[in-house]
Amino acid sequence: MSGKTPILEARNLTKHFPVKRGIFAKTLGVVRAVDSVNFSISPGQTLGLVGESGCGKTTTAKLVLRLEEPTGGALHFEGQEIGGLGGNDLKQYRRAVQAVFQDPFASLNPRMRVDAIISEPLITHERLPAAEVAKRVRSVIDLVGLPERAASRFPHEFSGGQRQRIAIARSLTLSPKLVVLDEPVSALDVSIRAQILNLLRDLQAQLGLSYLFIAHDLAAVAHMSHTIAVMYLGQIVEIGDAATVATRPRHPYTQALFAAALPSHPSEQRDELVLAGEVPSPLNPPAACRFHPRCPHVMARCSSEEPVLREHDSRRVACHLYSAPA
Amino acid sequence: MSAPPLLELRNLSTHYVSAGGTRVVRAVDEVSLSLEAGSTLGIVGESGSGKSTLALTILRLLPPAAQITGGEILFEGEDLRAKSDVEMRRIRGKRIAMILQDPMASLNPLFTVGDQVAEPLRVHEGVGRAGAWSRAKDLLKSVRISAPESRVGEYPHQMSGGMRQRIVGAIAISCAPRLLIADEPTTSLDLTIQAQYLNLLRDLQRQHALALIFITHNLGIVAKMCDQVAVMYAGRLVEWGPVTRIFDAPAHPYTQALLGSIPRMGDTRARLTAIEGQPPDLAAPPSGCAFHPRCPQAMSQCREEAPPEAGLAPRHTVRCWLSMPAPAKSAVK
Repeated sequence: MSGKTPILEARNLTKHFPVKRGIFAKTLGVVRAVDSVNFSISPGQTLGLVGESGCGKTTTAKLVLRLEEPTGGALHFEGQEIGGLGGNDLKQYRRAVQAVFQDPFASLNPRMRVDAIISEPLITHERLPAAEVAKRVRSVIDLVGLPERAASRFPHEFSGGQRQRIAIARSLTLSPKLVVLDEPVSALDVSIRAQILNLLRDLQAQLGLSYLFIAHDLAAVAHMSHTIAVMYLGQIVEIGDAATVATRPRHPYTQALFAAALPSHPSEQRDELVLAGEVPSPLNPPAACRFHPRCPHVMARCSSEEPVLREHDSRRVACHLYSAPA
Repeated sequence: MSAPPLLELRNLSTHYVSAGGTRVVRAVDEVSLSLEAGSTLGIVGESGSGKSTLALTILRLLPPAAQITGGEILFEGEDLRAKSDVEMRRIRGKRIAMILQDPMASLNPLFTVGDQVAEPLRVHEGVGRAGAWSRAKDLLKSVRISAPESRVGEYPHQMSGGMRQRIVGAIAISCAPRLLIADEPTTSLDLTIQAQYLNLLRDLQRQHALALIFITHNLGIVAKMCDQVAVMYAGRLVEWGPVTRIFDAPAHPYTQALLGSIPRMGDTRARLTAIEGQPPDLAAPPSGCAFHPRCPQAMSQCREEAPPEAGLAPRHTVRCWLSMPAPAKSAVK
């Protein structure tokens, strides 16, 4: 929300997956995985994306990484639309946007040594003398707090937390501007999570990185993010300043989600706001407001008219509770 | 507290022995604690701290490489270690039930949900086919499955993760056990479904005066659900006590660090208090107190000798040399 050009901006970003069956691949319907989503990430800032499984968080991350092509809308990177990029420009984009995934046991090749894992992006993107490559590898290994001797070892010699450090080091070798963090700590032990979250924050301060941070743990998202976007069935229902959204949620779904978050102290009293039912299928989402069948404040309008994101109480929220009837 | 506790563990140890007896992993090492009927205990610890092995030890469901090497498991006053396999089979599922982490792995995909919920009733209580089937419907209703009449004939793959875990809950309570052990019951569930499930477990606990043991790495679940908490580190119980007391004034440096390392809502700290280092390798644990290489307050004594268990208050024990200098207190337990 600053005056500067955002690093990344999504405008009506949409991804529909057709569902096909039979030998003639008849299209039976579409899964609206991501449906007209708008957000922006400023330089050096973190956007936290929260929501339950199937809400479209990971599809959004894949669209940002251009592992999936959007079926509608566009992504702009530093003001330039990335949909039309090809050849060298696309290569530049891929350098500038890197990713760290959930499971460091799956994301590192067990047959490569750590220095080969970390230097692979350098070798595919740049032509550098071997001595220069080794120097860059040493500097990122140092940056993520691994000992120098780690370079000649294999991933299986490391614990989960250290492997995640290797994955982070690999994402940093090309000096990216944006790093997509998809559940970076959920596979790690509790005592290690704080180490990695601290490391990510230090790296952001040191290198001016922007993060797209996706996680289930709401307290961790609130801790890491400048802005939080809450997704439900492919749409953003509430987006705004992290502290504002986390402490005073307005959308009934955000309220239920944060009420369902576990307390950090036994004496902490929460409003018991337990949602009935489960998330409906994205193949056949409810009409108008997608949350209305589970919403405790549902009104007649909610099943006939789709709410749009509107400014309310210093954040944007898509709910009829906060907009006068037309 | 004149009545004996429902479950009491006294110096319980379970070791994994491999390579012809040359490699010994002390997965559970001299654990003592007790649990009253109807109350809830949380066992927390990192992976490899021995919390799941402790649960399997109570039920005597250990793999062949593991041996209970010492101690007692007193359940309703009887030592479960002295029971024969046949007697244990009558206890499991009937008086002590268990819920595992992944409901898809604990349900049989080839049998209907009704068959699986009815099975313990038929086995333990000798209920006939029709009777067990109608009790199964009531059980499904009690775990808030909508339309139990039609759901009872369906298969696990036709249900969502949250529903499957509720079915597992229905199986667990089918024979009205006194103790229910839940090993990470909600890790595979979404946040709002997790909240539903935890509330369901709490309601079932109140209705049936169940004692619950939650095995988890999530301190939030402990804060929400438990009366007591037992913190395990490298096979040892490093601290055990009432949940509010431990959250307010943790005595062991590991408990303190664990509580400081979790991000909290509305917390403005720029950095979390991280626990440096890695969890220990149980095959080659550090000398003395296993936490000393990561402990910010480690002393030379900690490297040499493992601290004994000290009682800080009735039903609050800790294993740390820092809590030792009060010999008068530690004598009373």
